[in-house]
Amino acid sequence: MNFFTHFGRYLLMIKGMMSRPENTKLYWKEFMHQCSEIGVGSLGIVSIISIFMGAVSTVQTAYQLVSPLIPLTTIAQIVRDTVILEFAPTLVCIVLAGVVGSKIASELGNMRVSEQIDALEIMGINTKTYLIMPKIAAAILMIPLLVILAMVLGIYGGRLAGTAAGILSTDTFDKGLMDNFKAYNVFFSLMKAYTFAFIISSIPAYYGYYVKGGSLEIGRSSTSSVVVSCVMILLADYVLAALLL
Amino acid sequence: MIEFKDIKKSFGPKLVLDGVSHVMETGKANLIIGSSGSGKTVLQKCLVGLLEPDEGSISYDGMNFIDMTQEHRKELRQQIGMLFQGSALFDSMTVEDNVKFPLDMFTKGNNSTKLKRVNEVLARVNLEGVNKKYPSEISGGMKKRVGIARAIVLTPKYLFCDEPNSGLDPQTSMLIDKLIYEITREFNMTTIINTHDMNSVMEIGDNILYMKDGRKEWTGNSKDIIFSKNIALNEFIFASEFLQDAKNMRMLEAEGKIDPNDIAHQ
Ligand SMILES: Nc1ncnc2c1ncn2[C@@H]1O[C@H](COP(=O)(O)OP(=O)(O)OP(=O)(O)O)[C@@H](O)[C@H]1O
Ligand SMILES: [Mg+2]
Repeated sequence: MNFFTHFGRYLLMIKGMMSRPENTKLYWKEFMHQCSEIGVGSLGIVSIISIFMGAVSTVQTAYQLVSPLIPLTTIAQIVRDTVILEFAPTLVCIVLAGVVGSKIASELGNMRVSEQIDALEIMGINTKTYLIMPKIAAAILMIPLLVILAMVLGIYGGRLAGTAAGILSTDTFDKGLMDNFKAYNVFFSLMKAYTFAFIISSIPAYYGYYVKGGSLEIGRSSTSSVVVSCVMILLADYVLAALLL
Repeated sequence: MIEFKDIKKSFGPKLVLDGVSHVMETGKANLIIGSSGSGKTVLQKCLVGLLEPDEGSISYDGMNFIDMTQEHRKELRQQIGMLFQGSALFDSMTVEDNVKFPLDMFTKGNNSTKLKRVNEVLARVNLEGVNKKYPSEISGGMKKRVGIARAIVLTPKYLFCDEPNSGLDPQTSMLIDKLIYEITREFNMTTIINTHDMNSVMEIGDNILYMKDGRKEWTGNSKDIIFSKNIALNEFIFASEFLQDAKNMRMLEAEGKIDPNDIAHQ
């Protein structure tokens, strides 16, 4: 199948997903379940990578800015802006594409292959609405929250590394953080987070939902879904930067 | 009553169903039999719309199923129960939740009434004490029975069973046949069963469709089958010498050449 057939079917899936739930209570339960799977389930990995990426950016920025003419507070500013603008949304979402995306694709793929999707369909349930919508909605709610957490922890990690390596004191770092702060950057970063959240949930859902074959194909489609999601994230990252900055 | 005419379905170049027509009657056990790969599962899936037939017409009590809108199909499907050949239980849910799922989705009422109903159907399929187990923790035959319980929990108008007793011991298998037959009669359902179990054919075969290579080869009921002259059917049903003997015995008995009491006394 070529790109256009995939894309067309993907759009039809999104359209087919927009229908009235058969039973609001069960859909709500499924949504809550997905929120905890996607949000709470990724807390650990997001925390770890955020702290380290903040720490590394402090140390490397300091290493690159060797001129005595540049005040130390600049290091904090650079760390703040790179973490907020790029690292927190993009890097975290790339990792989440692996963590969350592969889970969504393999869960749906398994349900397809073992005919569980058919079983739901035969009961008179719109499986696109019941299985996919709660996942996308949960991702759109939880991933931006994870990105905000990543911003905070990333900057905190940078601050820790700055003092631990004797590069700059916490006071200097905090002072740098306040300089030239643009709230727009946070807004921009959240725009990215929403876009990426949609990509991370809908593309793997597409790959999983339409799996044909057996367990081998589930693995394959889960891998492709992660690769495609990552590429789409980077593409969207560029497009958003070109449009909004 | 489900009536279908000239159903054709192929996968790529492979023609799986080659113009099958039949009427599935209400209040009866309608059996689809045929050797492995003859297209029984594909036919059932076409009837419920999980596969779209390439050609042909299907009607549910006079309603044209092929041209039905998605919304209308969804409504109709709430009256369909289906047991899949591979059971298709939701593996993230316990046995109890699997059976309760249709109730939760489509009925109102409190949890305890629902649980009561769940236990009732689980008892009918002879499954007790596994409520809290996950599908991965029970045997294949048990999964089948949970699948049946889930299919009948809402007492559907149309019941589809794909090999309800494959993988079950003869005794449980009989029990399941009886159960399906009973509820079919009791609630006047249209029940369609795929099987290659000869016991089922003889015990509950009200209306049998024998398929061969994607075509209707023979139809009739369990009494007709014994006297059928169809060679393919005979080879299929009375595959073993033992069954062949049994058939001959029945035929002689019917022709009055032997007295069944003689046999019993020997
Ligand atoms: N999705 C599919 N794609 C391609 N071919 C298929 C598909 N499903 C079934 N077939 C083919 O259709 C034929 C009939 O399959 P079907 O599953 O209906 O057999 P069956 O009568 O149910 O057999 P069994 O008794 O073993 O379950 C087989 O030759 C199979 O290879
Ligand atoms: Mg089959």
